[in-house]
Amino acid sequence: MNILSLFPAVPLLMMLGLWVSRNTKQIHAVMVAGSSLLLGLAIALVFIFLGMRADGQTAEMLLTDSFMWYRPLNIEYAVGVDGISVAMILLSAIIVFTGTFASWKMKDGVKEFFMWFCLLSVGVFGFFISVDLFTMFMFYEVALIPMYLLIGVWGTGRKEYSAMKLTLMLMGGSALILIGILGIYFGSGATTMNLNEIAALHNIPVEMQRIWFPIVFIGFGVLGALFPFHTWSPDGHASAPTAVSMLHAGVLMKLGGYGCFRIAMYLLPEAAQELSWIFIILTTISVVYGAFSACVQTDLKYINAYSSVSHCGLVLFAILMMNTTAATGAVLQMLSHGLMTALFFALIGMIYGRTHTRDIRELNGLMKIMPFLSVCYVIAGLANLGLPGLSGFVAEMTIFNGAFMVNDTFHRVVTIIACTSIVITAVYILRLVGKILYGTCTNPEHLKLTDATWDERLAVIVLIVAIAGLGLSPLWMSDMISESVLPIISHILN
Amino acid sequence: MDFSTILTYMYTEIALVGVIIAALLYDLIAGARGRKYFHGVMCTLMLLFIAGTVWPYQQENASIFGGMFVYAPIYSIVKSVLAIGTLLVFLLSDSWLRKPDTEFKRGEFYVLTLSTLLGMDFMVSAGHFMMFFIGLELASVPMSCLVAFDKYKHNSAEAGAKYILSALFASGLMLYGISFFYGTTGTLYFEDMVPMINGSALQILAMVFFFTGLGFKISLVPFHLWTADTYEGAPTPVTSYLSVVSKAAAAFALMVVLIKVFAPMVEYWQTLLYIVIVLSITVANLFAIRQKNLKRFLAFSSISQAGYIMLAVISGTPYGMTSLVYYVLVYMVANLAAFGVITAVEQNSDGKVNMEDYNGLYKTNPKLAIVMMLAIFSLAGIPPFAGFFSKFFIFAAAFEQGFHVLVFIALLNTIISLYYYMLVIKAMFITPNDSPIATFRSDNSTRLSLLLCLAGILILGLASSVFDGINLYAFGM
Repeated sequence: MNILSLFPAVPLLMMLGLWVSRNTKQIHAVMVAGSSLLLGLAIALVFIFLGMRADGQTAEMLLTDSFMWYRPLNIEYAVGVDGISVAMILLSAIIVFTGTFASWKMKDGVKEFFMWFCLLSVGVFGFFISVDLFTMFMFYEVALIPMYLLIGVWGTGRKEYSAMKLTLMLMGGSALILIGILGIYFGSGATTMNLNEIAALHNIPVEMQRIWFPIVFIGFGVLGALFPFHTWSPDGHASAPTAVSMLHAGVLMKLGGYGCFRIAMYLLPEAAQELSWIFIILTTISVVYGAFSACVQTDLKYINAYSSVSHCGLVLFAILMMNTTAATGAVLQMLSHGLMTALFFALIGMIYGRTHTRDIRELNGLMKIMPFLSVCYVIAGLANLGLPGLSGFVAEMTIFNGAFMVNDTFHRVVTIIACTSIVITAVYILRLVGKILYGTCTNPEHLKLTDATWDERLAVIVLIVAIAGLGLSPLWMSDMISESVLPIISHILN
Repeated sequence: MDFSTILTYMYTEIALVGVIIAALLYDLIAGARGRKYFHGVMCTLMLLFIAGTVWPYQQENASIFGGMFVYAPIYSIVKSVLAIGTLLVFLLSDSWLRKPDTEFKRGEFYVLTLSTLLGMDFMVSAGHFMMFFIGLELASVPMSCLVAFDKYKHNSAEAGAKYILSALFASGLMLYGISFFYGTTGTLYFEDMVPMINGSALQILAMVFFFTGLGFKISLVPFHLWTADTYEGAPTPVTSYLSVVSKAAAAFALMVVLIKVFAPMVEYWQTLLYIVIVLSITVANLFAIRQKNLKRFLAFSSISQAGYIMLAVISGTPYGMTSLVYYVLVYMVANLAAFGVITAVEQNSDGKVNMEDYNGLYKTNPKLAIVMMLAIFSLAGIPPFAGFFSKFFIFAAAFEQGFHVLVFIALLNTIISLYYYMLVIKAMFITPNDSPIATFRSDNSTRLSLLLCLAGILILGLASSVFDGINLYAFGM
């Protein structure tokens, strides 16, 4: 069996293990064992992948494997990875690992919660390893549906409304993707569902591409929080329990950007070039509007959710620039945003678990009460606003560099507009940090609170190490990504 | 033609008649003590029947009785699908049949159900419109008795009356349409008719009449008005039978006739189906949102599912036929699982069938709630359950023939359907309830049927061999 198939298989086994475990201790044991195994596998995968590249294997996808599943439709279970998917798998493994620890103190329905959580990760991993359109779409939907119950049962606030809204909007997106996939499959002569083979055939008529490209792009864009289809995201993230927010904002939203790049643009290149301007405008709005919206929110989770809209908008913005630098930046941004938004949500969950409020008007002076969490919060905030040395800087720098390289007025103007989001981000992050962490604590109840426990510290430290690691030595990662982005971009441009 | 030829090609029907006679005799001979084992005996007989006929013994097509009766391997597969559905219905009907006011007429239930099954088999295998009509009637008349089986309950009797009246009206229209065909072609044999079909105005009218008759059985909009009331009033196991087996047979028979007989009029019936599909899916979905009674809810859900099934019919390709049979099979296990849970809850809680009664079901009866959830996921087309695959294939079938907008409309409707399917899940898992349905242990027979359905939901999609097996024998225009 291929190492890649282990990634969806391990969470499935974890589900089985959870099914038979009888108490919280066993549940935790299964989760820790499984998620550590996943993290180990992901790190091993990075080394295997880099090793194979170093050995001079230049094929676009490595570690490929496939077997025929449904012959009448040429559906295969086909797996394979390139640098982009390796990076995404690593990100997912880190977040699953830290998410486990971030929900350590959960009390009600622990077993069910983790089972759904595992199903979610089956979908996520399966999506990133698949190279077959059908299998990819199947895993995509597997990742969506547990969200309904995870938010509906374990969420807070207007959870039922948010869960339904999120599910319906994302399923609406996936309906668009489904019809787009059928369009791509039959448009390319109905001979294969393998996306590399479809790309190699390169025979979808341009007039059909013009129909399917916007449909697929919007379909994935819904999950990537493309304006105006982002409205599920603030509500959903605000209502979701901590680990789910982490996984959802950290990984699931990346499925959108990944799909836009790998399916919409890669398989429908001519239409992508023709119609990209529409989506560039929309993503620019996402970037700026998300940042401005974050400024006026008072709920910590809403602030982070709108900031996610802004940062994920930047991912889509970058891939639409269609050059290697910007696209590399997009993948780096996926990684970086995944890590820091997970860190943010984890910290917010920990603060909320103590203070029972997420309203910034009721929080102040936390630095003295819980110094560890507060310092980490500052680090997350600085990463978010792009401080050099942390991952956010690397990603955004690459994106804006790449975007400005496109040599015409339209692209330069939108790049400058999108750049303003950096400033706005600084405004809301610094204000937020100043408001809730510094000053004197006015609420006597809050004075009794304690700092992070070991499980929380572990989750937070792992994330911070990853963020700093990516920020301090980004080259190995960006090299791995850019050599995989290159063939896709050159395919789109030719 | 000797008896061995008949046996070679009609083995399903002959075996089924054998089972019916055995049921009649057992009902007659067995005393009060013997009747205790009636359920077990019938299920065993059905199991033997299915085991004996599940594989198509003859690989080539044939027609006997001068073309009245047609054999094709795919027909044999469809018949076994129907038989499996019937067996599942038998399994989940035991707890209802054991009630004092139905216990003594158990035998009638089995005989009537199997008669409708026989009618459906003949309808599927018909090579002549008269044969087709007889099959259809044999499937309809006992069905109305079944609907009115709880005759002391006002609802059930009313539902039976509604069903038989609508059925008669539909059959009348259909017969009228068939007579037009006889008038314009001079024959009722499928094969002889084909060269004479030319799409003249009279034939279009006749086709519409014919379609009405079957549209009633499949409960497509606008022939669906009986559905909700009948589903609600009929005893739940009968409703489940009505919603899967009867519908499946009619949908397949419709496809066969459209492909074999009306192939020259393809653009006309595709237009007709196009309109009916859009109407069925949309109207049924909009009505389903408002339902509070789960049986009515599933009635509207089954109307919209019928619309999806028609997506396979409209393609008219071999691949479309494969998707149809596969879809029907998957829909059958999912819907029967849902009805199985409803039956179990209804029988163990003094007839609670409203959605709000299900609030908090997961707390008290977690296993049933999970079965219901998986069934609903499969109906809604969520992977990795079988319903996802069958929906995908059916969309692909219609898409392949260029019905892009139609598939798009159907897909948008899946989102609406997801909304109302989620309402059930929300009731069971999320909504709190002070007095949920008390914890109970359902009987072994129900458990077995739910287990089989669950296995189907989980395995049918992931194992591609079922689909491939059907695909071997499918045919198209």
